[in-house]
Amino acid sequence: MKNKGSLFSTLAGVLMLFVLWQLLSLVVNLPILPSPLEVVPLFLHDMCGELGLHFLASSGRVLAAVLIATIFAAPLGLLLGQMPKIDRVVGPLIAIIYPIPKIIFLPVIYVLMGISDFSKITLIAIIIFFQILVVVRDEASGLRKELILSVKSLGAGRRALFRYVYLPASLPGVLTALRVSVGTAVAVLFIAEQSLTSYGLGYYIVIETYQVLLYKEMYAGIMGMGLLGVLLYFAIYSIERKVSKHLFIQ
Amino acid sequence: MIAVENLCFAHGDGGRIIFDNFSLTIRQGEAWTVIGPSGCGKTTLLFLVAGLKMPDSGRILVGGEEIRRPRPSTGLVLQDHGLLPWATIYDNTKLGQKIRQFYGPDGKHSPAGISFDHERDEERIHHWLSWLGIEHLKEMYPSQLSRGQRQRAAIARTLVLEPDLLLMDEPFSALDAPIREELQKVMNSFHKQSGLTSLTVTHDIEEAVVLGEKILVLSENCNSAPQVVDNHLLGAMEKRNSTEFREKCRELHDLLATKRDNVAEERE
Repeated sequence: MKNKGSLFSTLAGVLMLFVLWQLLSLVVNLPILPSPLEVVPLFLHDMCGELGLHFLASSGRVLAAVLIATIFAAPLGLLLGQMPKIDRVVGPLIAIIYPIPKIIFLPVIYVLMGISDFSKITLIAIIIFFQILVVVRDEASGLRKELILSVKSLGAGRRALFRYVYLPASLPGVLTALRVSVGTAVAVLFIAEQSLTSYGLGYYIVIETYQVLLYKEMYAGIMGMGLLGVLLYFAIYSIERKVSKHLFIQ
Repeated sequence: MIAVENLCFAHGDGGRIIFDNFSLTIRQGEAWTVIGPSGCGKTTLLFLVAGLKMPDSGRILVGGEEIRRPRPSTGLVLQDHGLLPWATIYDNTKLGQKIRQFYGPDGKHSPAGISFDHERDEERIHHWLSWLGIEHLKEMYPSQLSRGQRQRAAIARTLVLEPDLLLMDEPFSALDAPIREELQKVMNSFHKQSGLTSLTVTHDIEEAVVLGEKILVLSENCNSAPQVVDNHLLGAMEKRNSTEFREKCRELHDLLATKRDNVAEERE
């Protein structure tokens, strides 16, 4: 029942968005704001062609970044959370770096790593890395000593503690961090894809359509990028609901 | 069952000495309680026996073997239940079995020679959950339960592993009086049925009398010779208001007060 309700509210939200868009396009009445009635069919058509490839390229980059960031940040967060001595040393550094918008390092990364897919992915991964790191660290340091001790008393050594305590304890944190940072990740992707690439939604929106005044096609690209953000968000959210059932108790 | 031999232990490096050349023997099937003011080393003693802390010198033997790490057949229940918040009561109760299966019968993390039988293990979980009256809550998460129910779950989780020694650290002190008394009754009848050796730390004099046939009284000062009070009132819940019971409580109370005065004198 709950799923039906959330599906309904999602559809309602989408519908309201389109209605608002249509009203605005009628009011503004300029080529820069075409009606969704023109854009949506174009979007659906293009997704089966060229736009689909751009969409896949962008999705691939975000997913790769998510993967890399998680692999590095989650274990490090666990370590810092469980070893307050180390955390006290590096904590101040993390606290300073955390709020800095990492996108400003774009030129540095480009020069160091070259303008490649890898540098774009690295930039996004760095952003997500700090989000996960901080959340997992805080979650791991919140694990009560009594809990660890009593699981130890059931026979758990280091490996079982990792498997039955640390892993399940940090997974919800990883997912929450991903969910809140995926919007930023897509935004950074949009900027990163504007330079020297031939596939990606950012490239499509700015270089292939906006700069040659193909506004309807540009909107199809915008829809694609919006969809990417929404899909990632809801995908992570639904995994979260499965994995961290205890956080969603009514 | 438990032999503490010439135990020395101090907090931290060069910290306060809690045990100095302390020896104690607990025989199989005895129910012991440990009482004393906070900071006297009650919990430390329990953790030493559990293998969660190591003595500075001396040794502790449980079942004839020296304790160097948590022993698989020792069960431990802490004041804070220590349940996994992300697992249901059923999964929490099963945790010990899962850990044993994870390692296999290695004699280190799980008893050597243990066998795994899915049906029997399920039956044990069912048995202890219903014996503790929380079977109907097995699909719930710890946060949905009352404190008393959570503590029952923690006890079930420990008993499912069929320990031969049960250690409890202030297991009921966070509970309301009626629930505390009920759980004391539950543990009493458990002791009667199973004859399990147990060591319960408490700061509550009445609880010490109700749960222990031998009561170890610790002092805030360094403990060297153990002071043990024999108590035949173990499990005499109904006698709680009798003169006999009150006398025993007073005896303990006076003993604790004397120890406290000694500490004060020494400090002056």
